[in-house]
Amino acid sequence: MSLGHQGLVTFRMIDPDAGLAAALARRPAEIVAELTAARLKGRGGAGFPTGVKWSLAAQAASDVKYVLCNADEGEPGTFKDRVILAEVPDLVFAGMTIGGAAIGASKGIVYLRGEYAYQRQPLEEALARRRAAGQLGERVLGTPFAFDIEIRMGSGAYVCGEETALIESLEGHRGEPRNRPPFPVDAGYLGRPTIVNNVETFACVTAIMAKGAPWFAAIGTEKSTGPKLFSVSGDCARPGVYEFPMGLPVSELLREVGGEDAKAVQIGGASGRCVPASAFASTICYEGISTGGSVIVFGPDRDMLRVAKNFMEFFVEESCGQCTPCREGNARLLQGIAMLEDGRCSAAYLAELTKLGEVMQLASKCGLGQSSPNAFLSIVEHFRDEIMGRTYAAAR
Amino acid sequence: MSDHENVNVESPRAPVSQRGHLVRVPADQRASGALVEVAIDGLEVQVPIGTTILEAARKIGVKIPTLCYHDDLCVAGVCRICVVEVEGQRTLQASCAYPITAPIAIHTHTRKVRQSRRRILDLLLGKHYGECYACFRNGNCELQALAAGCGVDFFRFGHPTAPLHELDSSSYSVLRDMNKCILCRRCVRTCIDLQEVGVLETVHRGDKTTVSTFMNKPLAEVICINCGQCINRCPTGALGAADPTDDVWRDINDPSKHVVIQTAPAPRAAIGECFGLPPGTPLTFEMNSALRAIGFDKVFDTNFTADLTIIEEGTELILRLHRALVDRQPVALPQFTSCSPGWVKYIEHFYPEMLPHLSSAKSPQQMFGAVIKTYYAGLHHIDPADIVTVALMPCSAKKFECNRPEMAASGHKDVDYGLVTRELAQMFKEAGIELPKMPKSGFDEPFGTATGSGVIFGATGGVMEAALRTVLELVSGLKVENLYDHADILPVRGFEGIKYAEIRIPRLGTVPDILRMNAQLPFDSWAWLAGATLKVAVCHGTANAKRVLEDIKAGGKLSECHFIEFMACPGGCLGGGGMPIPTNPEIRAARARAIYAEDAAYEVRKSHENPAVLRLYNEFLTGGPNGHTAHRLLHTTYTPRGKYIA
Ligand SMILES: Cc1cc2nc3c(=O)[nH]c(=O)nc-3n(C[C@H](O)[C@H](O)[C@H](O)COP(=O)(O)O)c2cc1C
Ligand code: SF4
Repeated sequence: MSLGHQGLVTFRMIDPDAGLAAALARRPAEIVAELTAARLKGRGGAGFPTGVKWSLAAQAASDVKYVLCNADEGEPGTFKDRVILAEVPDLVFAGMTIGGAAIGASKGIVYLRGEYAYQRQPLEEALARRRAAGQLGERVLGTPFAFDIEIRMGSGAYVCGEETALIESLEGHRGEPRNRPPFPVDAGYLGRPTIVNNVETFACVTAIMAKGAPWFAAIGTEKSTGPKLFSVSGDCARPGVYEFPMGLPVSELLREVGGEDAKAVQIGGASGRCVPASAFASTICYEGISTGGSVIVFGPDRDMLRVAKNFMEFFVEESCGQCTPCREGNARLLQGIAMLEDGRCSAAYLAELTKLGEVMQLASKCGLGQSSPNAFLSIVEHFRDEIMGRTYAAAR
Repeated sequence: MSDHENVNVESPRAPVSQRGHLVRVPADQRASGALVEVAIDGLEVQVPIGTTILEAARKIGVKIPTLCYHDDLCVAGVCRICVVEVEGQRTLQASCAYPITAPIAIHTHTRKVRQSRRRILDLLLGKHYGECYACFRNGNCELQALAAGCGVDFFRFGHPTAPLHELDSSSYSVLRDMNKCILCRRCVRTCIDLQEVGVLETVHRGDKTTVSTFMNKPLAEVICINCGQCINRCPTGALGAADPTDDVWRDINDPSKHVVIQTAPAPRAAIGECFGLPPGTPLTFEMNSALRAIGFDKVFDTNFTADLTIIEEGTELILRLHRALVDRQPVALPQFTSCSPGWVKYIEHFYPEMLPHLSSAKSPQQMFGAVIKTYYAGLHHIDPADIVTVALMPCSAKKFECNRPEMAASGHKDVDYGLVTRELAQMFKEAGIELPKMPKSGFDEPFGTATGSGVIFGATGGVMEAALRTVLELVSGLKVENLYDHADILPVRGFEGIKYAEIRIPRLGTVPDILRMNAQLPFDSWAWLAGATLKVAVCHGTANAKRVLEDIKAGGKLSECHFIEFMACPGGCLGGGGMPIPTNPEIRAARARAIYAEDAAYEVRKSHENPAVLRLYNEFLTGGPNGHTAHRLLHTTYTPRGKYIA
């Protein structure tokens, strides 16, 4: 097994046709059981067990259901879905088709990040090839199962990667997260049972169908199985897309990418956590430091307050603006960072901002507001000395 | 979709936006009718599956504070004030948006909850510019009450000291002050989902999120129908009515002016709410004394012209029917009522091609203005230029209506000021009048005696019931009391969104004198109506109006109607945009009860039996109903506005 390499190692070895054929030879419940046995967790960041999601959608009573592929890839520092779609799109399309067979849907939609418009043409061509080959259409692989896939473009809002905002956007509304429950598996796109999965998750599904759950579950850790793609960027010698097994220590990852001298690593994108050097022994997996695959390396010279500011500016702009804690809270945190830069933020106010961040984590409506203070809070926790006590002059 | 919806609405409607924000429970779970056990702060209660945490808590007397939630609107779950802790959940949950589908334990005021709530409130206050002293919602503001309830004693994140937005005072009816907006989106949900007008929408995102009109144009330049439903549902002072109180005081204090006021039926059933009385406490006669006490020269009852409207509009209907049935000419039928100015502006914008259906009769408010500045001025030898007519209305759209340029057939503005219930209550308070303790007194002559038919104009179905009473009697010669118990035509009453009724004409009488006054009347017997059945419909809220109009356009059942009543506001005038805040279905039902009780208390209850109205025709409108003078003064024209904004 060749893990720990730059590029799409495992995925390039998988035959999408074999995965699809193997899935269609089974009953829907058997497909779901295979995913459950593989202990596949969603690759989009939240790590929800895919088998559970699919079995809920399969049980939901409705004659119309949908399979949505989340290709919005908006998390700063994440670019692995782009590579999957460019290099092995058939794995994804096969995975979606398998999803349709598993839950009883006949329509799939890829929600493609607006900035990836250049990928649309090749993806449409890949779909056309699949239709011509009978892998999509009225009778997939000659079975009575009908399934087709459509590509729809996002328009550049990060929040539209959140699954219910994605659905709102697909329905033609403002991209704003919905109240949950009900969850998409009960009432999703157009009010119908819907599964939303990440690009990589669908690719994993095809891989599991092709090579079997035991093969998949043997990679990684007990709770975090399978290979995982990482988008590595920042202050390192060899940035790029990597494939590692889950459960890798941060330090090992840094060695692999040439970032040994890092003082901190942001894992999980802007909404993830800032891990200081003292914690580089921790492992990257769902039971350790969870991530959708984004790793941003900060070298010894990085100003961590600048880092926090950069992330915060992103969230102030990308909050959908519907709920109070996120809409107003991010702006207050950013304002606080400006005060820190100027040396105008008292320790008491910093404590107030920390509390505010915790409230945002607790009370925001969706994952954006619930995780947007993470970077700020971890920087305040681990780099307090670096960010406090600046003088006004130093900031200019 | 509909099998997934569980929305708090009193009328059937399909929300077109924010569908994703409804509290939805899969139909199979809800249909099972099962009960589920919840523990709220340790109190156990069983609720039907799908009940929200907020509803369940209310049931057992636990009050969870809310801000973006409103009984009339679909759930948003955006302010996050109502968050609670649900055992086993990592994050706090919005109680308004969380349907209970399994047994859960809930805690509504843990440390986490209180700290979160306070900070959310602090964040809102940090963006809310406005001093409570200088706000018309002082004492009636949900944000203020929330701050008091949560014990706010300092501004954790500061407080703006200068306005950040310009006031939009372009509209005759609705005032917008975005400085006070807390982005709860109730106005958006009111305008888009409840009324289906769609003037207000959320735009931009992040901390630039705001509520805007199309291209942020002033309200006067967009397709706002002035119904003011958004005002009634705004928790703060961000939306209000354009207030003419200062002008009214000025004219009252000007000895050269003869200032008269007409009062519509709905405000009487509600103004008590501004003085701490329960909804539906009628204060008609106390209000008359109070109005004189603050300096109005005469107090008239708009019911007088409600009766006049019925006769004019009823005659117009009979003439339309005659032209259609006997002359076989193309006539716009069904005829639509025209007394709700929000509805009139709605059809002008959204269905201008259907304007021929709209009765040309002015609304009671405008008819009264015209009668005062002509007939009344002559009777009392007062120069109409010195008369100021004020109209007390439940309705913000009446302010726009009285400023329509076509509403001045006498050479003077029919009505000078439209005052709404809330504003009059404020005038009383300023004058130190404790309305509930005022002595009772009647209305002034020569319009004194009104009928119950006028009163029920204040409730949805009221105009139709009044019209039916009159038309049935005029045509059959029978007393309606002999056809319907107490003349209560129940099929057109109630809060159902769209009501349909067929009323058989029991027999034909002789054509009554009042109609014969019109020399152009094209018939002298009712024979042409032999065997006829009147088909009528009633709807309220423009969302329902839209359904009715679409059904007519599609040739559905409602296209066979002869007469349809439309009211822009849910519940009719008693739910008007000028009525006391708050509003909800129970409050509107209580006001309706007061209105129907007042109707039952009148001796003469039919418009065509109102002696003052008959005198007006005999002495002044001598061409009779729809005659020349009546047409000049009491009828109007409309403007096909369309909905395209330059
Ligand atoms: C603000 C926000 C942005 C998100 N963006 C993405 C995204 O770009 N791509 C993605 O796959 N999931 C994204 N997610 C996660 C999705 O909501 C959802 O969990 C995921 O698509 C489920 O797929 P999975 O189970 O296969 O991971 C985002 C979540 C949040 C809260
Ligand atoms: S947390 Fe932020 S992005 Fe999510 S619903 Fe609230 S405002 Fe929108």
